[in-house]
Amino acid sequence: MEHGGGMAGDDFRPRILVFSTVTISDIGIDMAGSSHMHYPPTAISIPLPCSSGIRPEWVLYALTHGFDGVFVAADGTDCPFLPDCTDRTAKVMERAQNLLREHGLKPERLKMAAICSVCAEAFQRHMKNFFTDLKKLGSPGKAG
Amino acid sequence: MSTRKIGVYICYCGGNISDYVNCESVRDAIAGEEEVKVAKTTMFACSDAAQQEMIDDIQQQGLDALVVASCSPTLHLFTFRGVAERAGLNPYLYIQVNLREQCSWAHTDVPDQATEKAINLVKAGIAKARLTEPLIKTRIETVPRALVIGAGISGLRAALALSDLGLSVFVAEKSDKVGGWVAEFGRMYPHDRRGQDLIADLVREAGLRENVHIYTHAELREKSGSVGDFTVRLDVKGEPVTLSVGSIITTTGFVPYEPASGEYSYGTDGVLTLTEFKRLLDGSEGGLTYRGRPVDTVTYIYCVGSRGSSQKDTPNMYCSRYCCNAAMHASSLAHELSPAVHQFHLFRDIRTYGKYELLYQDARQKGAVFIRFDGEDPPQVEKSNGRFRIQVKDMLMAGEELDIETDLVVLATGMEPRPNQALNDVLKVPVGLDGFFKEIHPKLRPVETVIDGVFIAGTAQAPRNSAESVASSLAAVAKTAALLKKGYVELEPLIAVVDPETCTWCGECVGSCPYSAIEKISFGDKEIAEVNTSLCKGCGACVPACPQGALGVKGYTDGQIRAMIDAMMIDMVEASRG
Ligand code: SF4
Ligand code: SF4
Ligand code: SF4
Repeated sequence: MEHGGGMAGDDFRPRILVFSTVTISDIGIDMAGSSHMHYPPTAISIPLPCSSGIRPEWVLYALTHGFDGVFVAADGTDCPFLPDCTDRTAKVMERAQNLLREHGLKPERLKMAAICSVCAEAFQRHMKNFFTDLKKLGSPGKAG
Repeated sequence: MSTRKIGVYICYCGGNISDYVNCESVRDAIAGEEEVKVAKTTMFACSDAAQQEMIDDIQQQGLDALVVASCSPTLHLFTFRGVAERAGLNPYLYIQVNLREQCSWAHTDVPDQATEKAINLVKAGIAKARLTEPLIKTRIETVPRALVIGAGISGLRAALALSDLGLSVFVAEKSDKVGGWVAEFGRMYPHDRRGQDLIADLVREAGLRENVHIYTHAELREKSGSVGDFTVRLDVKGEPVTLSVGSIITTTGFVPYEPASGEYSYGTDGVLTLTEFKRLLDGSEGGLTYRGRPVDTVTYIYCVGSRGSSQKDTPNMYCSRYCCNAAMHASSLAHELSPAVHQFHLFRDIRTYGKYELLYQDARQKGAVFIRFDGEDPPQVEKSNGRFRIQVKDMLMAGEELDIETDLVVLATGMEPRPNQALNDVLKVPVGLDGFFKEIHPKLRPVETVIDGVFIAGTAQAPRNSAESVASSLAAVAKTAALLKKGYVELEPLIAVVDPETCTWCGECVGSCPYSAIEKISFGDKEIAEVNTSLCKGCGACVPACPQGALGVKGYTDGQIRAMIDAMMIDMVEASRG
């Protein structure tokens, strides 16, 4: 399990890596920005073509290299590539959570939700909630 | 490893970025980075002057990668790829960093933190740029022929238009006759011509064209190849026919919603769908009669099978968009046949958009009565003394209960996607939640699909009337011509690639690819997977499937993602952990 060492408390701002997608969720995240919907600035994204293409190893890498949580802004049913994108992404994320467990990291550090191209509010809400949850969890510290 | 020479430009966006992000701090934070040869801020990166400055820097300083930190890539990715190209740099050596939509605008409340985030974003962009490589688009010669699937009004009209452009066309119609639904229609709004006649004209014209071939009893069985050069196998009356075509236009049409038995008493004689009622009208002369008896009252119930109204398990949530207009038109035809006929329209909302509003006005002027009901509390229909009794609460009269006696009940039934599983399996065009074929973008790319070279049009894509269907099929013709007239297509090089050294040919990736793009090849003395460059879409679905980590998508490689994660760590850790 994660063995403390990580920080918590009021001035702790958890860092969230967002895996977004070029054609769908990035458009929704862009929209949150264009509407000046504030969310924690420690959330920062890396865009990919499709959320089903995320390697579980990248999630582990992020959490062992300074990020406190990983959020997958999945294409959902809007995916232009795959009709079963949600299922596929969910399966890959399940594998990623197992990988986290193997490395003594809490699977709650990985979250996934479908963010469509007009999902600005949903994105903002997810970021705020995840930020709060991660604040409670603290940082993964030196685990893994 | 070779040393890169990277140019980084940080855009103020005239204040949109610089009002919240301290662009100078960002520049200073990255200017000293290894391999960053040029680091500048600029008022408007997209201005002609700024673009020229980048070109000059690239040429004079021999830059071999370009990073512009500005707005969202959806706006200017292609602008700056163009800058790179004009400077003689491969366009895929360009990386865009989204500093506006995903930073300054989202964090207007905390400028210091926005600046920190901007630094991390730019550092990640530089890290990615370090690992860029020049990529070349694949060029494929195109075949000047098209296949149209479905010979309804959309398909026939598309075929003639393609023929006008000098492209050969094959039309494959599944049924034994051409013309689709319109071939069964009588008078149509607004031109008042008969559907039968419209179709007859199109078919006659097609018969005169040497470059149009129509197959009936024909179904698509196989498709191979890729955009610009497909090989398709049809089954025509049991015989295989193989064709080589450059593009495919899918106009397979719709099926009318079939109400559940008992839905508004459907199944009882005298309760008709809109399609059935239109047939009755088209076949009537000198007065409206039903089964030999004159019709005194007709009552229409709207939105049947649309907008969540259905007794079936999964109701259609969309508005079928044509039924309001079609019911109005039917009402006006019924009035023409029997001016004394009473007509009641029980509606939820009236959507007679555009010119169809005139039909609505006309129906009201001719005495039709419109009663608005609540979708949650729909009218009750029961048979009584050879006629029907309908109870409805009139929403425009504070829910007053009305009793209507009527001879006929006409259900304004909507459109449903045609069940086409076998065809979908071959075409692999995604369908939306509503079951209709899905375009790439409803506004910007309305007839293109993710399968390059396969277009959709007409009611196979969404409920629409025949005018709208033809407009979309002609749009698909224009896209086809743009594709095939040029003589070649260039394919995006951001696709998957297998590392031949690490691949052990376990085959895991093959099944994960939705486009069947992965094949087995020999490599030295072993077998490995290879990605077919003309079939791969670059989705990356195969990437997590490989146990060896041998697969990656160009532009999103394992090395790039890890380098970006590393680069994002730097300052914020200090800032956030205090
Ligand atoms: S077009 Fe009219 S009848 Fe048809 S679903 Fe839409 S609102 Fe209802
Ligand atoms: S990137 Fe997508 S289309 Fe290309 S080989 Fe992988 S799964 Fe198939
Ligand atoms: S999954 Fe990986 S190792 Fe297996 S065949 Fe595909 S590329 Fe090769």
